[in-house]
Amino acid sequence: MTDLFDCRQTFAQTLIELAARDERIVAVVADSVGSSSLRDFSRQFPDRLINVGIAEQDMVGIAAGLASGGRVPFVCSPTPFLTGRALEQIKVDMAYSFNNVKLVGMSSGLAYGALGATHHSIEDFAWTRVLPNLVVIAPADPLETSQAIVAAAEREGPVFVRLSRMGVPAVHAPDYRLRIGVAAQLHAGEDVTLIANGVLVSRALDAASLLATAGVSARVINMATVSPIDAAAIEAAARETGRIVTLEEHSVVGGLGSAVAEVVVRTHPVPMRMLGVPNVFAPTGSAEWLMKRFGLEPADIRDAALQLVRETAA
Amino acid sequence: MTESRVLRPAAIADGTVALSDDQLRQLACRIRIRDLRMIQTAGAGHTGGELSIADILTVLYFAFLRVDPARPDWPERDRFVLSKGHAAGALYTTLAAAGFIEDAELDTFQRPESRLNGHPSRHLLPGVEASTGPLGHGLPIAVGMALAAKLGRSPSRTIVLTGDGELQEGSNWEAAMAASHFELDRLTLIIDRNRLQQGDSTERTMALEPLADKWRAFGWGVVEVDGHDIPSLRRVLDQLPVLPGKPTCVIAHTHKGQGVSFMRDAVEWHHRVPTADELSRALSELEAAAK
Repeated sequence: MTDLFDCRQTFAQTLIELAARDERIVAVVADSVGSSSLRDFSRQFPDRLINVGIAEQDMVGIAAGLASGGRVPFVCSPTPFLTGRALEQIKVDMAYSFNNVKLVGMSSGLAYGALGATHHSIEDFAWTRVLPNLVVIAPADPLETSQAIVAAAEREGPVFVRLSRMGVPAVHAPDYRLRIGVAAQLHAGEDVTLIANGVLVSRALDAASLLATAGVSARVINMATVSPIDAAAIEAAARETGRIVTLEEHSVVGGLGSAVAEVVVRTHPVPMRMLGVPNVFAPTGSAEWLMKRFGLEPADIRDAALQLVRETAA
Repeated sequence: MTESRVLRPAAIADGTVALSDDQLRQLACRIRIRDLRMIQTAGAGHTGGELSIADILTVLYFAFLRVDPARPDWPERDRFVLSKGHAAGALYTTLAAAGFIEDAELDTFQRPESRLNGHPSRHLLPGVEASTGPLGHGLPIAVGMALAAKLGRSPSRTIVLTGDGELQEGSNWEAAMAASHFELDRLTLIIDRNRLQQGDSTERTMALEPLADKWRAFGWGVVEVDGHDIPSLRRVLDQLPVLPGKPTCVIAHTHKGQGVSFMRDAVEWHHRVPTADELSRALSELEAAAK
């Protein structure tokens, strides 16, 4: 059985390491110390954990003020409330103002499962990727999470790192290096390209193995950075494999699939399938159950890719 | 404006130059005159709410704030946030008087590619500390600035100026709780209490009173002042914080359109632009007052 990791733990450990080296770093939370795995941080840096209470708009506004005062605030909160409640502050106080604020969204996508559609965050790519200046990253495993947090700290400007709480296996080799805006090809292939990020990358790799058994060669691309998107990697995938399937733990309206399609139609139009949550509020069910419900298991991904290959065979 | 060009705020804060109350009063009239001319040239502006804060801005920039146009990013400077960003014209005119920008640039207000956007943008213009426009953003940002100063043991003070109607935005009250919880006694909120919002009085639209009690209940020291009385404004600012360990809320009682008889307290002047004739009448009133 493959080991599964909760990337929130990696995030929290990385933030402690960064804070020990850089005294400008502070954590800002809205009563979200536990949900952001920041208890150790608060013990080590009690003066540098700023809890604003249950007040997401205030949290992002205060972070913007802290950034203009020379601090590097990491704003940590469950993604549905962080991005939904504070969207205007993210737009104006962070992105438009180019304030050096880092958002770390927890339990994104369907991770909150049976807590219901109020707690799912399947709109946040759509809301954030349209904001100029704002970098949006959805890491796939612990190594990439750690590197995304380091990259966010090193970059001067606003960044949103989208984390889950669902367990994921390691998908990257130890020498992997995340580069903002550069996609990573994790598996070579010629017949179709699977483009995923976050918790779906491991599922894309599993689907590629299933496709190989079925005689289809699938390229797998980890598109960790949703904005700015790696247009060159998408165009190359379109030209070289002729078909693209996108996978996202997000609505298929406005998310990763849409971002990929925007590039495909203006560079090298090819048939696509977009897997994710259709434009509905999800029913009650665990996160794992919802992934099945919305066809995001490796076998579902294989079937969608096979169907696309069959329908478009020369 | 040229006579004010030498009045560098840093020199004033250092005590090298001290303006008399009467000089400040005249300067506020000059700022109103320049602002109205700018609004007329641009064909746009928030006339009423700009005239209501001219005295406050004058006292802040010429008798209180430790800022320096030669070093707008000086880390230990005081921070001023104009939360009511639609009054950008008054801020730009004051920044020009204080030497942050050239007076001639005021004529570019709201023109294509101008640095003088309809709402202030911190990356366009030196001296603008926060990009504002949507209401209810300035106070949370100012709380963050004051927190940063406190964490870094910086002498920097933070002043934020909001409208009164703006306080209907809930984000202000989140920040009000945070400011007193974090004991930010170097943070001061000035409320431009002109009692009018875009379409009607604040009390008929969504009542704010009892406003001072609300701020006291949120843990702030509160002081009320005539927002057009220069000596009173100076006295209040010289005594900050009004309560030790607490942020201060200054309720500045003002009049929209202050300084021009036919604009004063008139809701229709929220963002009306004067005609040539109205401008000439307004300027003759202000010129007489500036003497």
